[in-house]
Amino acid sequence: MARIEIDGELHTVQDGNNLLSTCLSLGLDLPYFCWHPALGSAGACRQCAILQYRDADDQQGHLVMACMTPVQDGMRIALTAQQARQFRRDNIELLMTNHPHYCPVCEEGGECHLQDMTLLTGHTMRRFRGQKRTHDNQYLGPFINHEMNRCIACYRCVRFYNDYAGSDDLQVFGIHNNVYFGRFEDGALQSEFSGNLVEVCPTGVFTDKTFSAHYARKWDLQTAPSVCVHCSLGCNVAPGERYGELRRIVNRYHGEVNGYLLCDRGRFGYDFVNSPKRIRKLHIAGQASCSVTMATDKFHTMLQAADGVIGIASPRASLEANFALRALVGEDNFFLGLDDSEHTLLNAIHEVMRDGGIHSPSLQEIEQADAILILGEDVTHSAPRMALSLRQAARNAAFALASKLHIQPWQDAAVRELRKQAPTPVFIASICSTRLDDIATNTWHGGPEDLARLGFAIAHNLNDAAPLPAALNEDQQALAANIARALRQAQRPLIVSGTSCSSLAVIQAAYNIARALPESAPQLAFTLPECNSLGMAIMGGKPLQQAFAAMNQGLADSVVILENDIYRRASTQQVDAFLETARHVVVIDSLQNNTTEKAALLLATATFAESEGTLVNNEGRAQRYFPVYPVTDPVRASWQWLLSVMTDSPWAHHDDLTSACAGAFPELATIVAAAPGADYTVEGCKIPRQPQRYSGRTAMHANIAVSEPGQPSDQETPFTFSMEGTTAKVPPAVLPVIWAPGWDSNQAINKFQEETGGSLRAGDPGIRLFEASGTQSWFNDIPPAFQAQPGVWKVIMLPHIFGSEELSLQSPAIAERCPAVCALLHPLDAETLAISDCDTVAIRDPSGTLIMNMPIRIEKTLPPGLLGLATGRPELQPLQSGMLVCLHKSDPLATDVSEERS
Amino acid sequence: MNLTTDKSTFAGLTAQEIQQIEAIIDHYEDNNAVAVEALNIVQKQRHWISDQCLCAVAELLQISRTHLESVATFDNLIYRQPVGNTVIHYCNSVTCWMLGSDRVCEHLCQRLNVQPGEVSADGEFTILPIVCLGACHHAPVALVGDDLKLALTEDSIDEILGVKHRG
Repeated sequence: MARIEIDGELHTVQDGNNLLSTCLSLGLDLPYFCWHPALGSAGACRQCAILQYRDADDQQGHLVMACMTPVQDGMRIALTAQQARQFRRDNIELLMTNHPHYCPVCEEGGECHLQDMTLLTGHTMRRFRGQKRTHDNQYLGPFINHEMNRCIACYRCVRFYNDYAGSDDLQVFGIHNNVYFGRFEDGALQSEFSGNLVEVCPTGVFTDKTFSAHYARKWDLQTAPSVCVHCSLGCNVAPGERYGELRRIVNRYHGEVNGYLLCDRGRFGYDFVNSPKRIRKLHIAGQASCSVTMATDKFHTMLQAADGVIGIASPRASLEANFALRALVGEDNFFLGLDDSEHTLLNAIHEVMRDGGIHSPSLQEIEQADAILILGEDVTHSAPRMALSLRQAARNAAFALASKLHIQPWQDAAVRELRKQAPTPVFIASICSTRLDDIATNTWHGGPEDLARLGFAIAHNLNDAAPLPAALNEDQQALAANIARALRQAQRPLIVSGTSCSSLAVIQAAYNIARALPESAPQLAFTLPECNSLGMAIMGGKPLQQAFAAMNQGLADSVVILENDIYRRASTQQVDAFLETARHVVVIDSLQNNTTEKAALLLATATFAESEGTLVNNEGRAQRYFPVYPVTDPVRASWQWLLSVMTDSPWAHHDDLTSACAGAFPELATIVAAAPGADYTVEGCKIPRQPQRYSGRTAMHANIAVSEPGQPSDQETPFTFSMEGTTAKVPPAVLPVIWAPGWDSNQAINKFQEETGGSLRAGDPGIRLFEASGTQSWFNDIPPAFQAQPGVWKVIMLPHIFGSEELSLQSPAIAERCPAVCALLHPLDAETLAISDCDTVAIRDPSGTLIMNMPIRIEKTLPPGLLGLATGRPELQPLQSGMLVCLHKSDPLATDVSEERS
Repeated sequence: MNLTTDKSTFAGLTAQEIQQIEAIIDHYEDNNAVAVEALNIVQKQRHWISDQCLCAVAELLQISRTHLESVATFDNLIYRQPVGNTVIHYCNSVTCWMLGSDRVCEHLCQRLNVQPGEVSADGEFTILPIVCLGACHHAPVALVGDDLKLALTEDSIDEILGVKHRG
């Protein structure tokens, strides 16, 4: 700790930080542009100037940049000295000479860091009367608008995009007063994290294009704390609504999970909520219309008449909704609704997390790893935000070297220069090349069996007691020894694996490696398919195939399907047979899909944006999300539909369900504490979802009725659909909007953190359900090496950030970024088939029946004998990982799949 | 502007240019550092760097064309648009500005009948401003081709242009 004097007051602060970060941590207002807590210091904008005094007698002081000056014990500085204030005011006046005067029509207005800082410095009168330089703008794809005239040249965008996120298609061009931040030519930004430019840019150069399409000011948006539903990481988000439409997603800072940043699927995937495919009406087969009462009666009657009701759960619905379903149908009739392979994998991962004794790291902990093995995952596509954390971890050796050389870790450019001298060991063993290969010290490609075998070999190298795969070749042995050595030497080794390879052996090998690491504190992170996959594994339930069998055997004749398109989970024939056999099919979902089409009773349900619930992320953290705006009749939350037909239910409210769920499963015992319950108030008031400046409330429904309707009530959460009440001092789990006086932009977050970039005051939201305990025995089921068979290819499904996830695929911007569906093939296989890039092949099952025709992309890193296809794309539904198929070059005029089938 | 990378390798570069660039790659630790020298090699014969050449150099050096464009547009002496055979860089930094760089520019423009950045009708000249050339004690100055011309006056400018035209 150091004692420093700021404006005559003594403060005790952390050593080693820079003065800007320190002042902000103390709650002092000091303006800045180029510095960002995630990006470190650049010293480019000269905005955070302060006076530093030589000693106690120095009355004069000299100007220094706070972001470039380290804290030193005994130092004296002044923020408020006239000279410093004048410098900051002059500096911003210069930065503003080229900035347009049109805040009222700029989308950033009202949440603009440049506005905040300009007011903070007191530059309120413009003297510059000269011409402003202007630029042409570029088309940057469906996510981001470009408006270069607003640029103040802080360089944050390129520092984030290139240095932090590792992409290379955004750069700064030109020199002097004429610099341009953009692409070489028009085109979609290639980074999977481009959306962060919206928040990283301190002004309106990069804005959210999907938001532009239905824009509202920040102060006019209704907001509640939420959790991203588009992958398993559980990033915290703040969705904003106006006029009953979800308008956008921005980051909600979480010190342990997403920090300041989201991936593009998480930020732009929200539009499915507004999709024309939204189910907004209830439907009873054969009837023209259906009211809530009719639907509930019908549901009730069906249940009464049923001879056994199967409940199919959902890994994209909350614990509470799934628990209500389980209570309705009973434990014996409760099926998880996952495909069989995924069900097995999730169970295995759950067991390892619960009993394996290995710590499951948060994303923040992942960033601290000093040796990394990624086994079988292309993390950018299976858990995108984690890839960003891994990319930062790859800098840790450079940070260690910097520390030896007495370079401060926040001296960004200096530390980055060391990167080449000090590579962090990052090993990526995957099916084919990944988006993180540029940070890897070694990459290796193989089929799932071979990835598992490499993993088992690494474990054996670390500990003789771990089983050794037979017949490894010399290269594999050397690589395994090399990886084992790096992991053994590390202080904080990390293994990343997951479900992408559909291989139990890969998961077991990953555990063996973590278990084999001695003394050090190994960490094992799994990426999972969906936002509540782990929650469902914890709750437990039977495999979907058993539901099919039960229906077939007449053990049940009705089915209630909760938020699950089961056509994505099993073959069309199986699901068709299952649903046709069922006497009653009740489907509760929010978007039309193949399953909802088969519903005899279709109940329209709220999305994450209109309902509450608890999700368990891949780390084992239970987090609560809240409705941002009320659902409109006749839509209900899933748990409400289910409770409405449980006549003898002891539960009336969502909190009752959460408590009951916590009571029913010891592992979920603490979920109640994930966020305050509905009875939480601040000075007797509920927490407002609308900012105090929320406008138009009395007029926004005037086109329907002139009198102002009462605000909808909310019995289920601590929030109110109103602006009355206060958000000051509420715990982070229920903080609806990031705002502080004078800080309209999201960067107001520094007023809510223990220290800049640290945890939120009163603790980061969520409850970790597992802490490492116990140990499992070595897994020793080692698969034989994959042998490609002539004439037969093994299907391997590869996730993609855009397109593999069901809900975000219904957002137009995401759909636009989905790659064209094609199959990947090794060059040798292409040669065998006499095909070249973009040729079409006929994919047939081994009996020769055509499954579909598909264009080919030759991928030299894919192992021979495998056929790589994108996970989750509806067009590819008939194909599953592990399937064996035959390939033939198609006639260019080959008939369409459907034609040939019929 | 269609800039899809041509697969007929390094399209647009001559064999000699490719050979000269490859010869200097080993002089540097990192291919990014070869950028300026490689662009100079290409510019030597052609006088400027076209989009096609820029992409070819990026491909040859295996660096991103975006990065190379960033370097090319930063460097005052790399031209990304056609220029005359002789580029006249008049200094407009503070000393030259105080001692008449505006008049120098005006006179040049008038004599050659061009605006800064344009190519004169005969294809001979382009006028561009540049930052300090390090000869403030002889201000105002200009870089004419590879020659530094000091203490410019209207007469000396006329002489330089005349010599250039004759030569």
